Amino acid sequence: MDFIFEWFRTLYSETGVNLPFIYDEYDRKRMAEGLLTTIWLSLICLFFSVIIGVIGAWLQGSSLKWTRRIVNGYIQLFRNTPPLVQLYFFYFAIGTLLPRVENDWGGTSPMLGSFAWAAISLSFFAGAFNVEIFRSGIEAVPKSTVEAAEALGFSRLQIYRDITLPLAFRVVIPAMNNNLVNLVKTTTLAYAIAVPEMLYEANQIWSDNVNVTEMMIFLLLAYFVLVGVLVAGMNKWERAMKIPGFG
Amino acid sequence: MKFKILKTIAVTALISSVSVTAGIADILDTIKERGTLIVGVKADYKPYGFLDSSGTVIGLEPDLAQDVADKLGVAIEYVPVVSSNRMQFLEQGKIDLMIATMTDKPDRRKVVQIVDPNYYSSGTNVLALKSLGLKDWNDLNGKPVCGIQGAFYNKATSQNYGAEIVAFKGTAEAYSALKAGNCAAFVYDDSAIVAKTNDPAWSDYEMPLATIDDAPWGLAVGLGEDNFAALMSEMITGWHKSGRILELEKKWGVTNTPFAKEMHDKYK
Repeated sequence: MDFIFEWFRTLYSETGVNLPFIYDEYDRKRMAEGLLTTIWLSLICLFFSVIIGVIGAWLQGSSLKWTRRIVNGYIQLFRNTPPLVQLYFFYFAIGTLLPRVENDWGGTSPMLGSFAWAAISLSFFAGAFNVEIFRSGIEAVPKSTVEAAEALGFSRLQIYRDITLPLAFRVVIPAMNNNLVNLVKTTTLAYAIAVPEMLYEANQIWSDNVNVTEMMIFLLLAYFVLVGVLVAGMNKWERAMKIPGFG
Repeated sequence: MKFKILKTIAVTALISSVSVTAGIADILDTIKERGTLIVGVKADYKPYGFLDSSGTVIGLEPDLAQDVADKLGVAIEYVPVVSSNRMQFLEQGKIDLMIATMTDKPDRRKVVQIVDPNYYSSGTNVLALKSLGLKDWNDLNGKPVCGIQGAFYNKATSQNYGAEIVAFKGTAEAYSALKAGNCAAFVYDDSAIVAKTNDPAWSDYEMPLATIDDAPWGLAVGLGEDNFAALMSEMITGWHKSGRILELEKKWGVTNTPFAKEMHDKYK
């Protein structure tokens, strides 16, 4: 391994192409941690945003007026505000209003840190879109299918879980893919509240080494590969879920 | 419509080619022709460059920039910059001159033309709650420490003293994160921290550690702008000679720094 690192160090001194996140041990470690943070944050947000979408779409069809109103209010609030503003709002406004806890350096700090707020905020942001996406899928399920299930004595939850949702899911996958791809890219905004993800670490590295061009190219490729993996996975899943004769 | 777009593209191309040739010509001529000197300064770094209540950029460095504009006999325009974009702004020609609390480093001299002699100097210290009782830099080990994205001492603070750096875009965010208790301390330039500890709203906070990395600040012009650099070099020497820096420190409520005094004695 050291041989490769040295090669990149020579590359810098010979050609001026500076990639310290390969040859410098400290920069390498923080870039790797940045990548892991991005992946971890993305996975958490992907999971919770889909859960929010599924539950939200179900509650939207509720017979209770106020449940529907609250869900719609949530969608309007999170869909109509920029995600960066939401992050700042959660971290700097809500974060300081919450009860404080003792920390291990002898002071008190807010209950939730920047990573937790980023996960919460981005999940709700993408979740708001997912609710609408799932609603479109549910509305695509023929009314006659639902009526047939009702005639067979299925409850509302059973119809949603066993009839509507599985069919709707297949309809919404392309639209959901779009939203989830966007979500992964939106995780870069978390650097504004100091979540040490890839953009944050790259920014620090290019400030220390003045190698903006190299870092920009690396970042672009890194996200291209990261999102590519997600899209490939989702496409595979979409094919696996395919029902002959439907959709 | 299509024709209009084409026209716009053609005009844009023409303008950019003109500005490229202007870049090859002397920047001093460009500034005089334009009638304005565009200077990149900090807008979040009290008292060196910050916004007053009406949103105008003021401070010690804008005052220095004003001196340059007066000397050239042109108007002045301030462009607020931050640590992570200031050199790029100068490289791209968005600003003519950068006086933005930048530490003079060899690798930065490869990207922009830093003018000798240095006009100012500062070191690194932390702002922390008095109740934490920090004594030594090693006390920061394992603690979250707020910082500014792009500051060169972030790496040193975490590498040498084991602090976990939590870096924000601007000082406003870092100060509010420190107040909220998201970090144990805020690592920053001692010159700015001194000003903060004099602020009654920050009376519970102190600058407890020994200043490290005392390093000179450099103002910079674009690479290859030798005439402008020569003029600026003359200006800086003049500032040191006349005691202008000491005078401005007094004006903005900074205790006269050893560096400014030393330079004044040297050039007097």
